[in-house]
This record gives sequence, C-alpha cells and structure tokens, in this order.
Amino acid sequence: MNIVSKHAIWWFLTAVGVFSLGTVALSRGETINALWIVTAAVSIYLVAYRYYSLFIADQVMQLDPTRATPAVRHNDGLDYVPTNKYILFGHHFAAIAGAGPLVGPVLAAQMGYLPGTLWIIVGVVIAGAVQDFMVLFVSTRRDGRSLGDLVKSELGFVPGIIALFGTFMIMVIILAVLALIVVKALAESPWGTFTVAATIPIAMFMGVYNRFIRPGRVGEISLVGFVLLVAAILVGGQVAESATWAPLFTFNGKQLTWMLIIYGFVASVLPVWLLLAPRDYLSTFLKIGTIVGLALCMVYVAPNLRMPAVTQFVDGTGPVWSGSLFPFIFITIACGAVSGFHALISSGTTPKLLDNEKNARMIGYGGMLMESFVAIMAIVAASVIDPGVYFAMNSAPAIIGKTVEGAAQVISQWGFVITPEVLTQTAKDVGENSILSRAGGAPTLAVGMAQIFSQVFGGQAMMAFWYHFAILFEALFILTACDAGTRAGRFMLQDLLGTFVPALRQINSWPSNLTATALCVAAWGYILYQGVVDPLGGINSLWPLFGISNQMLAGVALMLCTVVLFKMKRQKHAWVTIVPASWLLVCTLTAGWEKVFHTNPKIGFLALADKFQAALDRGELLAPAKSVEQMQQIVFNNHLDAALAIFFIFVVVSMLCYTIIASLKAWRDDRVTSREMPYEAIPSAGA
Amino acid sequence: MFNDLARFGTYLGQAARLMVGLPDYGTYVAHMRATHPDLPVMSETEFFRNRQEARYGSGRSGGCC
Repeated sequence: MNIVSKHAIWWFLTAVGVFSLGTVALSRGETINALWIVTAAVSIYLVAYRYYSLFIADQVMQLDPTRATPAVRHNDGLDYVPTNKYILFGHHFAAIAGAGPLVGPVLAAQMGYLPGTLWIIVGVVIAGAVQDFMVLFVSTRRDGRSLGDLVKSELGFVPGIIALFGTFMIMVIILAVLALIVVKALAESPWGTFTVAATIPIAMFMGVYNRFIRPGRVGEISLVGFVLLVAAILVGGQVAESATWAPLFTFNGKQLTWMLIIYGFVASVLPVWLLLAPRDYLSTFLKIGTIVGLALCMVYVAPNLRMPAVTQFVDGTGPVWSGSLFPFIFITIACGAVSGFHALISSGTTPKLLDNEKNARMIGYGGMLMESFVAIMAIVAASVIDPGVYFAMNSAPAIIGKTVEGAAQVISQWGFVITPEVLTQTAKDVGENSILSRAGGAPTLAVGMAQIFSQVFGGQAMMAFWYHFAILFEALFILTACDAGTRAGRFMLQDLLGTFVPALRQINSWPSNLTATALCVAAWGYILYQGVVDPLGGINSLWPLFGISNQMLAGVALMLCTVVLFKMKRQKHAWVTIVPASWLLVCTLTAGWEKVFHTNPKIGFLALADKFQAALDRGELLAPAKSVEQMQQIVFNNHLDAALAIFFIFVVVSMLCYTIIASLKAWRDDRVTSREMPYEAIPSAGA
Repeated sequence: MFNDLARFGTYLGQAARLMVGLPDYGTYVAHMRATHPDLPVMSETEFFRNRQEARYGSGRSGGCC
C-alpha cells in the first residue's frame, strides 16, 4: 500500500508524459500546441530523474554521503569551496549552457519538429545527463582533475595525448562554427553590427569601473551595462535607418570574418579585467535571464507549431544541411541531447565546489536535463515560425536564388506555400533588408523568439526590437566564447607544443604567448574563412564537423567512464555507459565516413572536391567561385575538411581500442584497480 | 517571512556571482580565520582580482559551446 502511494504520483507523471508524447508523435495534418512538447519533455525528465538517476547514484556509482569531496578536503575559500547545491547548480548550468543547444535544434527542424524532439528527450535521459553525471562523479573521486588527466591516468599516456590533441581540434572547430554563426547573423545588417560592436566599449567601461572605481561590484555595473545594451539596440534601429550611418556598419561576410579574426586576436591578449570578464558578466546574466524569460513567455503564449511533424527532407535532400535522418540528426543536435564539451565542465570547476557526493546527482544529471529543456525551447521557437520563412532563412542562395520572388517560388514547390510579400514583410518586421539565406540558426531563432516575446511585450511594433535583442543575446555569448576559447586554446597549444619545443611552454613570455595565440586564431580563422566562402553556405560543412567532433568527445568521455566502472568491478552495471557510448560511436563514425566518402557532393567532402576539380580540368568555373584560384581553394578546403573528419575518426577509433584493452584487463583482474583518492570521512558528518 | 525572503535574496546574489566565477568573500574570510589564523587575509578588492585572474587568466575556464 505504502509503495503504491509512494509511486502513484510518478505513475501519473509517466502517463502524462507518454500521452503528451503520443499526441506530439501521432498528430498528422492538424496543428498542435507547443505545450504538448513542453509537457512531454518535462514529465519524462522528472520521471527519469526520480528513477534512472537514482539507480545510477545508488547502484552504479554507490555515492557515499560520508565521503569527503575535493571541496571539503582542499577547502581554501578560493578554488575549492563546499557550495550550497542550488548555488552550484546555477554555476554549473551557466557553464554548460551556450549557443549549442540553441542552434542545433533550429537546424534540425528542417526534418520537422518530431525527430529532433524525440532525440533531445531520449538522448538526454540515456546519454547526455548520464555522461555529465558520470564524469562529475569520476572527477570528484579524483580530486577534481580534468578530463585529459583522467584519460591519462586511467587509460594511459598515449591515449591521454591523443585525447588532448582531439580536444584542441574540437575547440578550433567550435570557435570557427560559432564565429560563422555571428558572421551569418551580422552580414549586411547595420542594426545587428552596430549593437554587437557597441558591446565592446560598454564592456570596457564596465571593466574600468570594476577595476578602479568600485572593485567587485559586479551586480550594480552589470545592471548599468544591461541598460546601456538596451540603449544600444534602440540606437541601432536609428543607425539602420540613417543614410549616413547605415553604410558605416554594413559589411559582407568576408569583411566581418577579418574583423572577427583581428578582434579574436586582440581580445585574447588584452588583460582579462578590461574586456573578457565584464562581457562575460553581461553575457552570463543575459543568457540566464533570457532563457528563464523565454520559458515563461512560451508557457504564457502557448504558440501553435506551424512546421510539420516530419518533412520530406528526412530522406537527406534538405536545403539547410544535407544527409539523411540517420546519422545526421544525431550529430546536428549535439548539445541539448548529449555534448562532449560538458565533460570538460564536469571535470573542471564544478567538482571542486561540490559539498557532498550525493549532490552530484542534482548538479550533473539535473543540470543536463535543464540544458535539454533549453534545446526543446529552441526547437519550438524554430517550429512556430512559418515554415516558408524558415526555409527562406536557412537555404543557401545556390538553392533558392537571391530574390524573394525566386525564393518564394522554389520553397512553395517544396510544399511550404509562401508569397514574396510575406518574405519582404517579415524582413521589414524585424528591421532587416532581407531575411534570405541567413543561415546558421541564430537569425531563425531570433525570429521565433521575437514572435513569442512580442506577443507578451509590445506586439508587432516591438518585433524588430526583440529580434535584435535575441541576436545580441546570442552574439554576446558567442563572442565571449571566442575570446575565452582562444585563450584556452592558446594554453592547450602551449602545453602540447611545449612537449616538443620547451620554450613555448613559458606562459609568461610574450613572444611565446603571441605565437601560440596567433596560431590558435589562424587555425579557427582559416576554417571560419573557408566556411564563409563555401559554395553551400558553410553551415553545411562546418556544423556536421562540429557535431561529429563534439559527439565523439562525448563518446570518449563515456568510454572513460566505462573503463572506470570495469576497474571498480561494477561491470554488471557498465551497460549504463556502454549503451550511449556505442550509439554515439555508431552515429559519429557513420556520419564521419559519409561526410568524407559519400558520392553526393552535397554530403561528401571528397565528392565536392572532385566536382570542382573536374570543372577545373575542363576549364569551367562553378558558382560561387569567380576565378580559378577560388576554384582551387574550394578543392583544397574540402580536402582539408575531409582530413579533419578522418582525424576525428582516428581519435575515436584509437580511444575505442584503448578502452577495450583497459576494460578487459580490469575485468580479468580480481582486485579493484581504479585510481580513486583514498576514502576520507567528512569531518563531523552528521553532527 | 521577510527573513526567508532576505535569505533567498542572499542566495540569489551568491548564485549570480558564482556563475561568473566569484565565490563568496564572507565564506573565504571565515575559512581563513578558522583554519589559518596566522596567514594574511586578502582584502575584498584583492580577492576580486585574484578570482578574476583565476577564472579567465589561466585559460582553464570558459563555458560551453
């Protein structure tokens, strides 16, 4: 009886979740309300948290509330501080949430909202949240050490170095693809460019204030910064309308690329208090505030989904990115379902702040569920806008042409009826000259967010404001990531190259710092540049590379956790990490292989290179190349992309071999061979 | 009730500061007094600069994609 009443509420919640998911999955033809998706996701999250994460905590990890965590053992009030779990939850969530969970689902919406939604929900429960939770646990038991260190100590030196190289390359790809999103959002948009440029002096003013006028008063200056940001958006609207000012802030993709590259270099060698830190304050608070605001507004507005549940593009012929449902949807939605990058956070600051092992469940598993909810909001935002507008914004000019008439005609033929007037009007509503081919996800998300926000605040008249607010919100934390990522990449590079050239390792020497920074910026800058000049729009080649590498990192993290489980002699529970790791390996290896060797030039890098090479041999020029040099560059770039994909495949396959060897060895051994820090009780526990 | 509200506000402030890598200064001072009474304690400004440098200067920080 007791057991029945204890579980009754959870049975009810399961029923609600299944019913909502059924409604989402089985509705055909009629429009459904976005709240069905939200309800399905939230109830499944709650049930998974209540049962599956508890099972992992109690049976698989056997968390011990009496065991001292690194924060307790090394408490110094600075790096290691036992922290209240709700406060730490906020810290962890702010660190893992970024552009990834917002952009991936928007791109995945070209197949309809259903495939993406299902993968976000199932993926987070089985893979993403498990990874974050497991890595947090493994790192907490090992003094909060980083993923690279953990791989080195549990798998060996060589796999450690391979993982480090892999992580550096992933970082480069992430920076390039994030920067590409900003370029796509700001190209030919004086309003957007002005507001984003205005964040630089605003942040510097905040930095000076925090350094010299009132040090440490982060709250008050962030509030001032926020007011200035809103003012910048309003002034941006005036700039865009002014005949003298607008041309000064109107740039094409290539110009913006060069600006971002120079900016990335300068920003990452400036003192951190001047630009990076204050902008991080702004972007973090704006990010959390906007996410909370979007969730509240979405529930209040309860919009209908206008995108079909499943579109014809599941066959791989989609205009936004090419490739069939399997494996590409599973790498397009990376963060939000499972993200390897979180393994770096879960083995970064969070384990050093955890006050008790038992709270790892809420922080690790719970934090990732929250991130997944952000991805759900993104897919809803992309599905509430007119599908015709969605495809107009996300298809390359090579497919839909450069005029609204042409675009409307092509898109209507796909079955998403749209008129040129609607496309022109939408651009006008959001204060832009054109919305055609604004790929990258951010502008689409901004239109969706603007529709939702403007229904709560300000109506149609405020659409343009909210659109640019959303663009600013995304650009701000992407720029922060470029700056912080370039710094992090520089340290990684100094560390890696220091193995061969010891002089580079001196992090206080200016020549060595500038060399490493320049190398790092050049690496992501080149990939960004080739994305901007890519014949298919860049997102088509770079986003899959990002997704593949990010999901492979998740696979590596889960393989590490598998080895640890074998070493702890808990192999009977190892399926908890083996199942998601296998799925990620199957998806990423298939996707990687197809991106390299697929015979369709829209999918395979080599096929596209061959196509341009063949044209070169015949002496022809293929659009968008306008000269022989550009043709040769496209051939080279696609060979480079193919090499990168092969490199990632090599990393993951070699890690798999090391994992199998280490697991078998641990399995044959009768003793526990994991390298945890010895048990130490929490002082005066329970007193 | 006002006490609860005030405590909630304090928590919210601490959470917001920790999101950008600033742990609680009071906790640090209390820790230093309790465990290292012989060592000098950083002033609030020094503490702020120390934490800013630790979060951004080392390159180990940063958020996600």
